[in-house]
Amino acid sequence: MNDGSSLQALLEAGEFVVTSEIGPPKSADGGPVREKARVMKGYADAFNVTDNQTAIVRMSSLAASLFCIQEGVEPIMQMTCRDRNRLAMQSEMLGAAALGVRNMLCITGDHQKFGNQPQSRNVFDLDSTQQLMVFRRMCDKGEMWCGDSIKIPPHMFLGAAANPFADPLEMGVIRLSKKVGAGADFIQTQAIFDLDRFREWHRSVLSKKLDERTHIIAGVLPLRSYRAARFMADKVPGMSVPDELLRRMANASDEKAEGMRICLETIDELRDLPGIKGVHLMPVNWESAVPEIVERAGLLPRPQARR
Amino acid sequence: MIIGEQKPLADIISMVESEGGGRILVVGCRSCVAVCLAGGEKEVTELASSLEDHSASQELGWTVSTVTLQRQCEKDFDQEIAGVVKESDVVVSLGCGVGAQVLSEVYPERVVIPGIDTSAMGSPEGKGRWKERCAGCGDCTIHLSGGICPIARCSKMLQNGPCGGSQGGKCELSPERDCAWQLIYDQVRSKGRLDLLEIMLPPKDWSKGRDGGSRIVVKKEERR
Repeated sequence: MNDGSSLQALLEAGEFVVTSEIGPPKSADGGPVREKARVMKGYADAFNVTDNQTAIVRMSSLAASLFCIQEGVEPIMQMTCRDRNRLAMQSEMLGAAALGVRNMLCITGDHQKFGNQPQSRNVFDLDSTQQLMVFRRMCDKGEMWCGDSIKIPPHMFLGAAANPFADPLEMGVIRLSKKVGAGADFIQTQAIFDLDRFREWHRSVLSKKLDERTHIIAGVLPLRSYRAARFMADKVPGMSVPDELLRRMANASDEKAEGMRICLETIDELRDLPGIKGVHLMPVNWESAVPEIVERAGLLPRPQARR
Repeated sequence: MIIGEQKPLADIISMVESEGGGRILVVGCRSCVAVCLAGGEKEVTELASSLEDHSASQELGWTVSTVTLQRQCEKDFDQEIAGVVKESDVVVSLGCGVGAQVLSEVYPERVVIPGIDTSAMGSPEGKGRWKERCAGCGDCTIHLSGGICPIARCSKMLQNGPCGGSQGGKCELSPERDCAWQLIYDQVRSKGRLDLLEIMLPPKDWSKGRDGGSRIVVKKEERR
């Protein structure tokens, strides 16, 4: 079993990292997780394991993370504030650390209205900033939030999310600075299509020197079809998809190829920006695209983490 | 004020029927639910005639009487109607959830049918509109957020800023819903106090709210 986070080791060594995503199945079967892990193994340094994404019940992110570990890929376990109070969060942190999970992404979570059980209650005992505060104390001070000491404290590389396309922009950057202040080791952004708006956010982040206090990983989502692009633009909260890009997808003779081109162009743009330490690929139901993207972006071979 | 809405007539009729109908007493309230046009004198009269119409059309033989209290949530007022309650078989409350409970407690021998769905503590916002403003968390910090409560008004009760779903001033839940954090940001900015938004709020003490158990508030002088 590995001792620490490879993602952390790579970022600290100054490597440009690649992370991607594995969505657990709506099934009591680890097979689909293993399958996705096998397809993408070696093409990214760590994989986000989503947590009831879009408020639709799936296998728990902890269980799916364990399947990833068994397949030899490093998970970034996601944990939403929507589904757990602080008691459940802390116990799951202990369990995850004991099972070998080394990265945890602290997120608010989509509102249950967007899922298939909108009648459910949400928790939000903590927001994601407070979740980071609690986990930081557990990892760094070896204490539960209440102050009780932890015999063997968890070691976890803690991350958080940022959406450069949410309004108001200035407030979003203030919130990001709070997440960094609360102890976010790394930040993964929402999928970037609108590069103009992203640059505006990026300037604001750099002016606050937040890039010097955390590792910022830029989100990229390969569009498989015009329909997928339209869905992102119209149905996914907090997304910004420029009209020009929608036109390109609409007019493409080969939509997949055009989606791939857009994705590679975006990665090229992002790589040159100061303070961007990697890309996060979100291949929603298009896991097979990941090896090709990483290869064509010139990001192979992935470096080995030295700890 | 307390905000509530009258239940659909069919639901009220169905509850009255399952209690056996007969002599029905509709009890309204002149306070909050009168202001939100759900359970004041006018609505009590309207409900009574709807129940009478239903009874007539179905030949159920119900009789309906009405009374509207100053404040249904205070026992003293509820006790004043002992006479009419005694003369009834079924009591329908058009008070808020508080009023209906107190009425029920004062008359333990009666099943009180709730005619109102109580939703929130809030304010009137123009004609026929009310807005939730307070969640009763027992630990007010609105001086830090431009006088706007994120617990009551953010769909995710976020205390340290908006989620990624805030766009164009609107909440991700619907275009009709303002993002509380956009409102907070605008307010705080207009006061020239963006510094307030930099304050990192630690995990909240929810024990002062409903999570600490049903609350009983006792004035200092009355404590022992």
